[in-house]
Amino acid sequence: MAEALQIQVNGLPRDCRSGSTVGDLLRELDIKTERVAVELNLEILDRKDFDLRSLNAGDRVEILSFIGGGGLVFGERDGKGTDRCMMIAW
Amino acid sequence: MYDDRLVIAGREFKSRLWVGTGKYKDFAETRKAIEVSGADVVTVAVRRVNITDRSKENLLDYIDPKKYTILPNTAGCYTVEDAVRYARLARAAGISDLVKLEVLGDEKTLFPDTAGLIEAARILIKEGFIVLPYTNDDPIVARKLVEIGCPAVMPLAAPIGSGLGIRNPYNLKIIMETVKVPIIVDAGVGTASDASLAMEYGADAVLMNTAIAGAKDPIAMAEAMKYAVHAGRLAYKAGRIPRKLYATASSPIEGML
Repeated sequence: MAEALQIQVNGLPRDCRSGSTVGDLLRELDIKTERVAVELNLEILDRKDFDLRSLNAGDRVEILSFIGGGGLVFGERDGKGTDRCMMIAW
Repeated sequence: MYDDRLVIAGREFKSRLWVGTGKYKDFAETRKAIEVSGADVVTVAVRRVNITDRSKENLLDYIDPKKYTILPNTAGCYTVEDAVRYARLARAAGISDLVKLEVLGDEKTLFPDTAGLIEAARILIKEGFIVLPYTNDDPIVARKLVEIGCPAVMPLAAPIGSGLGIRNPYNLKIIMETVKVPIIVDAGVGTASDASLAMEYGADAVLMNTAIAGAKDPIAMAEAMKYAVHAGRLAYKAGRIPRKLYATASSPIEGML
């Protein structure tokens, strides 16, 4: 059993197997790699490097995609003023 | 009229109405409103993927990126660094070098920080981005943005989401006369006549989100906006009559009893 290490993904702590890559993480999260952007410790990765970049303890991974937006302020109509997360992982 | 295409940085656009995709009730409503509006450019924002709930639907299952030009924005960025970071992420996630650049000055007005905007635009243009800057209705800033290489400028009509309509038509008019790139009036439109007015003044396109998505019936408003932009454009090209203080009879006097 490979050793687990802790990383942060989109601000949340997460365990991953030692030696796993960014590509492994995306598959584990069931995120299609097309049209997402991944930042590893503030460095924007090339999509073709997802399977080459391995994860280390303490790494901060950000996975971003497109959501509905015009000029800011989401969810005004539900009165909560919160992002309604109309996510577009295309 | 249908040959009256808008061209920006070598790209042709059929529609002079551009729309945002935020604030709709659901994706079905978003899609329907965009379809009815006839817009072929839609703006989207870049945000963290929700990793705790993967069941959420995907907007681009509803809005086909092959059918629409997807224009990512840097909405919500208040610093040059953030705006540049989000623009780079959008490019990494997306399909093109287009970005609607926003560097906001404060949360209450969402007015652009124009000094930051120019700085961020300069950085991104150097990196090969096609930067469409969301700017104030300031003719000097508009000119500077064009000088550094923006192929269009997007001055606001009024604060984002305010629905106040065109607050400073004279400044917009000056921008249209002094800047030789397409002008897209962006933000502040409240209803159809605002969009018509912008086009009658000579804007090349109008971008809006809240005016449609926030209407009681977004689909009906999307249709109204389509006609408003179209009518305004036609009127601009037709050339309006001058305003006169007194009447001028339109029926001949000759032949009267």
